[in-house]
Amino acid sequence: MSAEFDQKIHNTLADANLQLAIYTATARLKEKRIENVAASVLPDYQELRTQANAIKQHAVENLDHYLEEFERNVQAHGGRVVYCKDGTEVSDFVLGLARERGAHLIVKSKSMTTEEIDLNERLEHHGLESVETDLGEYILQLAHERPYHIVAPALHKTRYDVAQIFTEHLKVPNETVIEKQTAIARGVLREKFLAADIGISGANFLVADSGAVVIVENEGNARLTTSAPRVHIAVAGIEKVIPRAQDLVTFLKLLARSATGQALSVYTSFLSGPRREGEIDGPDEFHVVLLDNGRTKLLPDRSKRQSLYCIRCGACLNTCPVYRKIGGHSFPWVYSGPIGAIITPQFMGTGHEPGLPFASSLCGACGEVCPVKIDIPKVLLELRSDVKKTETREKQNRLEKLAFRAFAWLMTHPRLYEMAGRMAAAIAPSDGGGWIRSVPPPLNIGPVRAWLSQRNLPPPPAKSFRQMWRQR
Amino acid sequence: MSRDHILHRVRTAIGRSAGQPAAEVPPVRLHIPVVDLEARISSMLARVEALAGKACRSADPRAYVAEAIAGKTAVASNSPYLAECGITSLPGVRSGVTDRAELRALCATSDVGISSADYALADTGTLVMISSPQEARMISLLPPAHIAVVPRERILTGLDELFSILPDPAAQTSSMVLITGPSRTADIEQILVRGVHGPGQITVVVV
Repeated sequence: MSAEFDQKIHNTLADANLQLAIYTATARLKEKRIENVAASVLPDYQELRTQANAIKQHAVENLDHYLEEFERNVQAHGGRVVYCKDGTEVSDFVLGLARERGAHLIVKSKSMTTEEIDLNERLEHHGLESVETDLGEYILQLAHERPYHIVAPALHKTRYDVAQIFTEHLKVPNETVIEKQTAIARGVLREKFLAADIGISGANFLVADSGAVVIVENEGNARLTTSAPRVHIAVAGIEKVIPRAQDLVTFLKLLARSATGQALSVYTSFLSGPRREGEIDGPDEFHVVLLDNGRTKLLPDRSKRQSLYCIRCGACLNTCPVYRKIGGHSFPWVYSGPIGAIITPQFMGTGHEPGLPFASSLCGACGEVCPVKIDIPKVLLELRSDVKKTETREKQNRLEKLAFRAFAWLMTHPRLYEMAGRMAAAIAPSDGGGWIRSVPPPLNIGPVRAWLSQRNLPPPPAKSFRQMWRQR
Repeated sequence: MSRDHILHRVRTAIGRSAGQPAAEVPPVRLHIPVVDLEARISSMLARVEALAGKACRSADPRAYVAEAIAGKTAVASNSPYLAECGITSLPGVRSGVTDRAELRALCATSDVGISSADYALADTGTLVMISSPQEARMISLLPPAHIAVVPRERILTGLDELFSILPDPAAQTSSMVLITGPSRTADIEQILVRGVHGPGQITVVVV
């Protein structure tokens, strides 16, 4: 684990207000999800998950086929598809288009994919104004922070933080009533929508048989982004493609329920091409950027490639005991929580933060709630193995290896194991808890003591399970 | 360009060759329940209300809308159904706009947007808006309130039925939007606020 990762975790744990904010927000989202996938509300929930997993698996296994089909259908409706291998190519494309069209102002709707490549910063570096329009993302853009959570990006900000950010950047009077803060943002952003030359959105799904981009949201900012300016650019990872429009039925039933506990999000936009003959409004140009940015690196491994099935609902974050303590900003990249722990090492390399796949108790809660059934714990284990393999021989701890070898030997010799258990029970103090903390010297030193300071074992029972089994 | 580079990388990684047909795709999963019209209507109304929208059945939508927009400015879509109901001729209602800039300016300053809906989904309280010369996108988006007047036979059971009727919405429109309740956010302290960018009030009139 890097010192930076360690430090961020400690800071988060020490911040009581932040702990409360994370706990409350994730608990609420978690409960709402549970209510809305319950058998009484959605009897075929498990079948939907199985179907979603099968569709995603099929789409990834035939990815080139569906990308080409998607591309043909976008073109058939008068749109254009651009493949980009990284953030530089995306910003070059957008900058080129902005130059050709004489565009200066860009409105953006929420997109984790554009967060990945720091698109706003790249565009602003070249003199364009690029404004986030999702309320949470807008607050964070003003504060120069990245999202704390995939679906609740500003969950770490209180109304008082927001008041301060707004007075500082928007020169408005101090306002701490949330409804009024929202109205302030609505007013400022409405002007931007009506003046913008280009709208940049993400995509929740790319539909191959229709050539459509599907965007799911609650605020209406994505509808405005994709409909008000003359040019719409959707930026999407190549893994977002699904075969058929009819597959949306499965995914839409799962996505909002898993994310926020809504049956459907307020707005689901199914967009295919620029406005058609006779349509009164909508963009004149429709571009879809298909981004690789490391995704093809995940494809060769048959197991780990399931990380690409993710539909970014955030359910694994809300249920993860680690995320709920260490929060979003402790994670080393834009994706946090269990899904972040499996995609970050694969996109950025395991060396980016070698401790990441180990920052998990492997409790399995993430895999249980995943609407597309990604086996996150399994991928975490595979990544741990990758990290260990890349460590040089000198770095591998000889003592640790020896200890694990001894442990493995003990576990494969039942008689010996039983005897060791009895011995431990015999030397354990009879007064109960805390016994493992007080190992005698010379063992009670340095790393051993550090390890013990955070851990405890219950006192051993009078009779072992084996004894009880024999006497039953 | 990166197109060929990326497609080549994909193919190499998953062991496919260019132009190779896709493996057999898992069958589509659509289950359309049988629900009679009365039950669909009551579910639609109940769901919209549960989402903090207003919903009602009305044999006289013109009178209902007239009362709802009294003293306000309104913009109505070019849906022939609204004209048929006599809503476009109500005082204070502008309709028949076909110019994009003019419509946008009108929607940005009107109190209420009035549209019909191509379909509605009973099990989620959803309006299905298909962009066309009759229905513009901005009417259900820019004004702070949206009224949708929907003939009852357009109420479907849910998503499964919608996508079995429209297996490819792109065949007929550049934009199909499903609207489920008023615009909302909970981005600050998880407190629900309605009307952040889209309409904060939504009214569904089932005729």
